[in-house]
Amino acid sequence: MTRLPVVIALLAAVAALLALDLATSHPLDPFAAPPLMALGSGQASGGAHCASLPGQ
Amino acid sequence: MTDTPLEARIAPRLKGRALAVLMALVAALAVAALAGPRYGALLLIGLGFGIAMEGLRFGFTGPWRRLILFRDATGMVAQMICIGLVAVAAFPLLASNPTELSGAHAPVGYAMIGGAFVFGMCMQIVLGCGSGTLVNAGSGNIVSAVALPFFALGSFAGAYHLTWWTGLGSLPVAALSGPFGLALTLLALASVAGIALAVAEPGKRKLPGRLWAAALIVAGLAILHLVVAGQPWGVVYGLGLWVAKGAVALGADLSGSPFWAAPGNVERLEQSMLTDITSLTDIGLIAGAALAAWWRDGLTARVKGHPVHAWVAVIVAGFLLGYSSRLAFGCNIGALFSGVSTGSLHGWAWFAAAFTGSWYGIKLRPYLGLEPRR
Repeated sequence: MTRLPVVIALLAAVAALLALDLATSHPLDPFAAPPLMALGSGQASGGAHCASLPGQ
Repeated sequence: MTDTPLEARIAPRLKGRALAVLMALVAALAVAALAGPRYGALLLIGLGFGIAMEGLRFGFTGPWRRLILFRDATGMVAQMICIGLVAVAAFPLLASNPTELSGAHAPVGYAMIGGAFVFGMCMQIVLGCGSGTLVNAGSGNIVSAVALPFFALGSFAGAYHLTWWTGLGSLPVAALSGPFGLALTLLALASVAGIALAVAEPGKRKLPGRLWAAALIVAGLAILHLVVAGQPWGVVYGLGLWVAKGAVALGADLSGSPFWAAPGNVERLEQSMLTDITSLTDIGLIAGAALAAWWRDGLTARVKGHPVHAWVAVIVAGFLLGYSSRLAFGCNIGALFSGVSTGSLHGWAWFAAAFTGSWYGIKLRPYLGLEPRR
């Protein structure tokens, strides 16, 4: 077997995950999205990161 | 030999490559249109990471292994240069924009150090760290592709139990900042590079052009990530989130976990992955690596087989990679790369513990059936 089927299976799994996510999450709203860049936006940084503890 | 003219053989490949690049750009534009421009940009940055790391063979696990086994310093020196370049930009950016931008700062603690040690060991067993497992899986490496779902499960479980582990004892969060902090960070990075060069064998010290290019490109993308996302590059949060979202979709109640029940994470669980920073760059890493590998050889390399007990080891190590990286407040990216480049002392503690763990992981690998015994 070559690497091609492995990649196809992996990309298919990611696509399925995205489809499940879009079906079960709140609808996307591009008009409520943050600006392109956090720097200069005036908004507080609020994304989740592996270095963060809850409430940190 | 074939009688087909060279142009006729190259043309379909060029068309295929152009189509693949076009599809990647369309995907980023679609995310920007559906979710917002920041999220489309983050997918593009993730694709850039994946293309650069796979295309230029820049990583963390392999260089540590080559330094320990073959006294080859080149990859380790490239890592230190890359982290140093990011630090030069990140320290002043964080100091002048403390509200809009945040560093990868976390406390040093017992579980953090133990987690980093286990992570270092397991990353040598599967030959893939946080970014490396995604990049390797994206390029068709079956060991990483098998390890990846268990990595995600481990990340979810580690996050679920994180507050119990941190309760074992942690120091307050400590981070270097300002010109003195930056100078100290650069000095420490230079010292690591200097030690690596000192122990290296002659002929294994000079960086090839591809590693210089990779260090510059990855550093540029990491700085762009900080500016666009407002936080440094990370990997493992996104993987745990994918499993948590799947668990919730199947009816699981995560309110028993202080981590997943925290307001910020509840919001992440309710919103789409297309608005989650680490999810987007993780997907970009996989797709970018697939693109680079396909570009290089059309993914025609044969997949290597292993005995059953080696696959069991891969599954266990994959799970432990995810679990331990949550206890360690990040993997080689979230803790080492982003922690050190934004001044967090936990990044240095992570490096010391994970490098020690790597030494044991390298010793363990042949006994697990993943390579011949020497």
